[in-house]
Amino acid sequence: MTYVAKPKLHHPTLPQNSLCYTRRDYEGKISTLCAGCGHDSISAAIIQACWELAVEPHRIAKLSGIGCSSKTPDYFLGQSHGFNTVHGRMPSVLTGANLANRDLLYLGVSGDGDSASIGIGQFVHAIRRGVNMVYIVENNGVYGLTKGQFSATADQGSTSKRGVVNADSPIDMVGLALQLGATYVGRSFSGDKQQLVPLIKGAIAHRGAAFLDVISPCVAFNNHAGSTKSYEYVRAHNDAVNRLDVIPTREEIAVDYGEGELVEVEQHDGSVLRLRKLDAGYDPRDRIAAMNIVQQRQAQGEVVTGLLYVDAESEDLHAHLSTDARPFNTLGARELSPGAAVLDKINASLR
Amino acid sequence: MAPISAVNDFVVKFANVNGSGSASANELFAKAILRMGVPVSPRNIFPSNIQGLPTWYEVRVNARGWLGRRGGVDLMVAMNPQTWDGDLKEIEPGGYLFYDSTKPLPKSKFRDDVTVLGVPLTDICNRTYSEARQRQLFKNIMYIGALSVLLDIEPAVVETLLAEQYKGKEKLLDANKQAFHLGRDYATEHLAHPLGVRVERADAVGERIFVDGNAAAALGCIYGGATVCAWYPITPSSSVAEAFQKYCMKYRVDAQTGTNKFAIIQAEDEIASIGMVVGAGWNGARAFTATSGPGVSLMTEFIGLAYFAEIPVTIIDVQRGGPSTGMPTRTQQSDVLACAYASHGDTKHVLLFPEDPAECFEFSAAALDLADRLQTPVFVLTDLDIGMNQRLCEPFRWDDAREYDRGKVMTHAELEAGKDFGRYKDVDGDGVPYRTYPGTHPTRGSYFTRGTSRDPYARYSERGPDYIYNMERLLNKFDTARSLVPQPVARAAKQKARCGALYYGSTSPAMAEAIDALEREGVHLDTLRLRAFPFPESVREFIDAHDTVFVVEQNRDAQLRSLVVNEFGIDPARLVPVLHYDGTPITARFIARAISERVRSAGGRAQGNGVGAARVGG
Repeated sequence: MTYVAKPKLHHPTLPQNSLCYTRRDYEGKISTLCAGCGHDSISAAIIQACWELAVEPHRIAKLSGIGCSSKTPDYFLGQSHGFNTVHGRMPSVLTGANLANRDLLYLGVSGDGDSASIGIGQFVHAIRRGVNMVYIVENNGVYGLTKGQFSATADQGSTSKRGVVNADSPIDMVGLALQLGATYVGRSFSGDKQQLVPLIKGAIAHRGAAFLDVISPCVAFNNHAGSTKSYEYVRAHNDAVNRLDVIPTREEIAVDYGEGELVEVEQHDGSVLRLRKLDAGYDPRDRIAAMNIVQQRQAQGEVVTGLLYVDAESEDLHAHLSTDARPFNTLGARELSPGAAVLDKINASLR
Repeated sequence: MAPISAVNDFVVKFANVNGSGSASANELFAKAILRMGVPVSPRNIFPSNIQGLPTWYEVRVNARGWLGRRGGVDLMVAMNPQTWDGDLKEIEPGGYLFYDSTKPLPKSKFRDDVTVLGVPLTDICNRTYSEARQRQLFKNIMYIGALSVLLDIEPAVVETLLAEQYKGKEKLLDANKQAFHLGRDYATEHLAHPLGVRVERADAVGERIFVDGNAAAALGCIYGGATVCAWYPITPSSSVAEAFQKYCMKYRVDAQTGTNKFAIIQAEDEIASIGMVVGAGWNGARAFTATSGPGVSLMTEFIGLAYFAEIPVTIIDVQRGGPSTGMPTRTQQSDVLACAYASHGDTKHVLLFPEDPAECFEFSAAALDLADRLQTPVFVLTDLDIGMNQRLCEPFRWDDAREYDRGKVMTHAELEAGKDFGRYKDVDGDGVPYRTYPGTHPTRGSYFTRGTSRDPYARYSERGPDYIYNMERLLNKFDTARSLVPQPVARAAKQKARCGALYYGSTSPAMAEAIDALEREGVHLDTLRLRAFPFPESVREFIDAHDTVFVVEQNRDAQLRSLVVNEFGIDPARLVPVLHYDGTPITARFIARAISERVRSAGGRAQGNGVGAARVGG
């Protein structure tokens, strides 16, 4: 129950980050989702990523639409302002919020029904505008909150819990995001924290539209043999193209990756994305290559995961609009009203 | 039939083909008369089309300052062969017909009771200019030249206007002046002038300005501190956002840094537009959208969210003819109910009704303050008649001492001092809670905004008492709005009147003229111009003080009347609808006739015994 507060007591030995916050300071209310739900693992990964990066919780704005996934922002970052908007419309609200105050970090959480069906238009346009945000789709291929109808990301030929076969072809959110110009695109699996946490950290450090498609099995309606979004299916067909680690600033690089080819990508804020390639020749800075590998592996029945594409030189919507460095919500009449003398001139020009 | 004779009191209508460049020439005509100190009120009558279809520009010249549409045409400038027959019919007996006489027309194409004024415009143009575009454009300036002779418009005034328009483009200026004089020369030489209808210099304009309501609303948003504008193109509101863009480029670029103190997004649809406005409003920026009826329909889910989650939102609705796509380029006041109760569940919204561009400016700025003060959507309900036509109105005013009213926003200092924060808690008894901007304080003041029911501390709750507390508080807040919104404007009849009339928005000029005409007939009415919803108590008192109250509006279903009946629980029989909804602006003649007939049929004494409406439907 979300109105049950968690105890505020912290164990004194809990590790602290550079802000002296423990992981508990990044938690939210107790989840009301089903036990074993993939979404809760994603919430835990968000908490871990924010704690590790030492992001001030109150400087994050978390926004969502409607559905199981969209309930989760209540279950992490309890000190952040959150906005549970209307179905499929989180992207527009996030865009407006971002315009009002460019200094906060915007985390959009959505589901496959929310972003691939009712809200696909808003998803598309927020991505192509380059809104500076982390956009996570918690993708389970099913409508959980209304009890098990197919979503638009359900694979053709997969069956529902009631045995109905899906005849429609699926929408691939990653393919869409790449085509639309997202400047940071990754896919992961809710059950793979080792991969997911660094992907979220990299997305937070990124400037521009960062999109993460996280396959998240629905234990209640989509975790059976005929589903291609079940724990079992994804574990069996997961093909990671790289392993990612995010190092906040260059000075701190001390991690030894051991064997394997390394690619380092420095983002605008100085953070470094270190990728250990599993797939020879895969370079996440090549958008066309990313689109190819996603399609090729999909044709083979595999789910490619990892950081698929990053443009470290990306710009965001504020750069496109040349907006003032000061958040709009701090500007008053002195900064915004042209004044009575100017109005007199305008009046004179209208006679 | 004697030709009509009138000084400073006539109607000229230009029949053109759209896309032919006639708009700026016609505007020049209207402005020249204005500069001679004589009030004019022009109206564009245009199709939903870019090129090739008929378009009209009707200019009423009236020294007494009646700015409503009069009806009837004294001088028709018939430049469109497609609409010739219809245009000819519209001329009042004794009126004048001005046309391009290059191609001879049979006698059957004319009327005996109008004075025909032919100028071979095409012929003169073809002889003077070699380029096709020039031939077309200068034809327009040329007829202005001829008309200036026929109507006694001072040529120096036109030349000054041309000089202002083509400042820095001397070549264009000279070419326009030449065309203007070619028209003048022909008329001087070949036509009897001036006509019976003519202009005489006066001093009836004063300090008033001449501007369209959409530009005025945009400027109101500039002065009112809007920083975020999200919109989707729709007639007749697009020019609000376009004017906002233009003014922003001029007045909102930081002089030092060159950065923009505004963000304008042309969204993918109206749903995204309002979503962005909601997001920006939640995050503490002043934001607005401009739209029309179909856009409001799409926005209703978000409007309900903003009402229930209590987020400031400003919506400028430039009304057009509905329902559905309706008449996109015609005027109506038919979104009143759709806006007042927009969205599912129990909702009520604040509406402002500007009467002219001056109030479009004032109310747009006021809406941004009210939205913050009340933390709710506020509609500025203007319409095509005010929005897309230039109208003579009071100059814009702004007091530099004015600060924006950001409403109840709890600060970092207050949170730090331990002040209790309940996002949906009524602490002042006015129904308006405190809010915080996201990111204010590290550990206090955050909350989860949602469209679901919650307790006063914003915690999710489906408990009946929590829900009722919230819904009652919202009603209380709406009550608070009554005294904050622009109050009605009352005008008492010269003698005690048993009848009254309610009206609002763009009906104003026609209403004023109708009251004047009725008084001369001996029919006396008190009037009350409503400027906002929710209605203050003074509206009920006005109705109570009269036997019969006419409700004059521009829609089929008497929407404002329904709102009055519904909100006050008033006996509908006492409110007589006067409805004009054919898409053209309401006229004084229509109002006066409807009211006069009604009063007379009741034996000189109006009785509230029925709801039979006066209507125009065609």
